[in-house]
Amino acid sequence: MSESESAAAAAAASSGSRNGAAVPALKVTGVTKSYRHVQALRGVDLEVRPAEVHALLGDNGAGKSTLMKILAGAVSHDHGTIEVNGVEQNFAKPADAQAAGIETVYQDLALAPSLSPGENLFLGREIMRKGLLGKLGFVDRKAMSEAAVQQLQQLGARTPTSHVEVEALSGGQRQAVAVARASLWGTALIMLDEPTAALGVAQTTSVLDLIRRLRDERGLSVLLVSHNLPDVFAVADRATVLRLGENVLTTDIADVTSTDLISAMTGGRSLGDTAEASASAHADAPTTPKDQS
Amino acid sequence: MTTTADEKRLNPLVKIAQSRRLQSLTILGLFVLIFAVFAVLSPSSFLSQTNLEGIGLSASQVLILGAGVTFLLIAGGLDLSVGAIIVFSAVVAAKIMAGATAALEGADRLGWPLWGPVVGGALAGIAVGTLWGVFNGTVIVKTGIPPFIATLASMTVILGLAQVWTNGLNVSGAPSELQTVFGLGRMFGVVPWPIVIAAVVVIVLWIVLANTRFGLRLYAIGANPESARRAGINVGRYTVAVYALVGALAGLVAVIDVARFTTATVNGYSAIALNVITAVVIGGTSLWGGRGGMGGTIIGSLIPATLTSGFVILGLQPFWQNVAVGIVLLLAVAVDQYRRRKLSAQ
Ligand SMILES: Nc1ncnc2c1ncn2[C@@H]1O[C@H](COP(=O)(O)OP(=O)(O)OP(=O)(O)O)[C@@H](O)[C@H]1O
Ligand SMILES: [Mg+2]
Repeated sequence: MSESESAAAAAAASSGSRNGAAVPALKVTGVTKSYRHVQALRGVDLEVRPAEVHALLGDNGAGKSTLMKILAGAVSHDHGTIEVNGVEQNFAKPADAQAAGIETVYQDLALAPSLSPGENLFLGREIMRKGLLGKLGFVDRKAMSEAAVQQLQQLGARTPTSHVEVEALSGGQRQAVAVARASLWGTALIMLDEPTAALGVAQTTSVLDLIRRLRDERGLSVLLVSHNLPDVFAVADRATVLRLGENVLTTDIADVTSTDLISAMTGGRSLGDTAEASASAHADAPTTPKDQS
Repeated sequence: MTTTADEKRLNPLVKIAQSRRLQSLTILGLFVLIFAVFAVLSPSSFLSQTNLEGIGLSASQVLILGAGVTFLLIAGGLDLSVGAIIVFSAVVAAKIMAGATAALEGADRLGWPLWGPVVGGALAGIAVGTLWGVFNGTVIVKTGIPPFIATLASMTVILGLAQVWTNGLNVSGAPSELQTVFGLGRMFGVVPWPIVIAAVVVIVLWIVLANTRFGLRLYAIGANPESARRAGINVGRYTVAVYALVGALAGLVAVIDVARFTTATVNGYSAIALNVITAVVIGGTSLWGGRGGMGGTIIGSLIPATLTSGFVILGLQPFWQNVAVGIVLLLAVAVDQYRRRKLSAQ
């Protein structure tokens, strides 16, 4: 799907998503995963709508990273189904997830520090020269560099693109390169693992800006793993909370306070609030909290 | 978006990144200076064709191997077994060629009856070198043993096998025609063949490294193997390929030496692996992977041979070359390390 097509589809979808009519960008149903004796995921349901920023929250060990790795194709799940844009998928390797339109920005960034931002954007999917030279394996550095400039400009990132090693960039600029790389290739869902964890205030603001642009200008869906509730309230439309490998709450961000989210994450005392939030999630989406009996 | 503070901070770091180009230029300047000093002090001897050819011939081995080792260091690898692979390949090539020559004793030695086995021996030598490279790469990829230890072990094994096979004796008897036509011969009667071969290898590999997807991905693998893996690159396959390249070039050097001396020397290559790494690192390629280039390797390979010949001509002890090269190596690595610290500190 071309960019304009995906944006159009997403725009159409997001107008319909409030009443739940649109096909979800990602639908996870009953996914389980065990590592020998540890049951990391005990049956997770998660639905990310088209062109929404969906926060994935949970305490340490709740299973956030495990779910991300499954969706990135890095780890395979035991039971349950994964649908991307309504099509059921089985990811055996990262390339399968990428082919389905899912791109991942890992917490440790995964850029090649001595390459330029342009080379990083196209690593593994290089633009080749035309004709015989291309068949001989020659890459088109100029085309890659130009496309990188365009991509970063569209995202509003002021990052030098050529003649600079990524290692010479600031943390926020590197994060921008990683996000640009994901948005260049992702057509359905961009997953970000703690994208602001290592950043200062100004750089955090710019990365959050970047996330909004992915949604508003590209029509992409974003799954944001974060411990930082202010970030979540700043950019997310909805949130799902995992606890001990199960989703315990899915809600519109507008309907909850950080206290609600924290108590859901910790299984804490303010049960009244949580129940209320759960009720609103019930009315709103099929991804309801599981019955914990 | 990104703040102006970010951009201000970037400026000195851009300079650090660019200083890599500066290092290549510095080493080029150093070479030009050395060359100019010898040329001025002793123009008639130093600039004579014989002397320049001598420099080219003695640098040609390091150049050929250095081209491959540049790929290897950029990809984050290291190979100490180069000298052992040369010995083993030379023994294979010399045994095949000598056997054919002996069988032809007294017969008409001209034409394909002779050249067939010679070409076969040469190809076998290169093939065996390549296989040892594949062996090195596979061991490193499959076991995860650091390249330093893995190739130290394989060096010992490969050299040991060659010594067992030959009882530690040189293998002589390759046809003298090979020496006259090729080993000591010249292309168009002008340029010695070993120099021609070194030039072709270096230019081809330079183009591959700087322009192809293979080259670009080697930089990525050396810089951060995990990021390369996540980008869908088969890191193991590239690693094996680059060790195989170094092995093939070691085989090529072995065949050239057999052609020059009609003999496979069993005890002549103990220092070559380190000399090659020295030349490549002096040329600005990082021991930590991800950075470097072929231009620097060419200069780095020419400096030791140039110093040796200059010192000899000036009547100084040629061993001063070792002292000088060692100091330059230390400086090159110190600069690289300083730059890495500066970059990762921010
Ligand atoms: N490779 C593994 N082998 C064994 N157990 C694992 C493995 N990976 C995760 N686990 C376990 O699965 C559970 C969920 O871990 P996961 O990393 O998904 O949590 P998380 O929500 O990402 O936590 P954090 O916030 O600390 O990153 C934990 O109990 C963890 O110990
Ligand atoms: Mg985690």
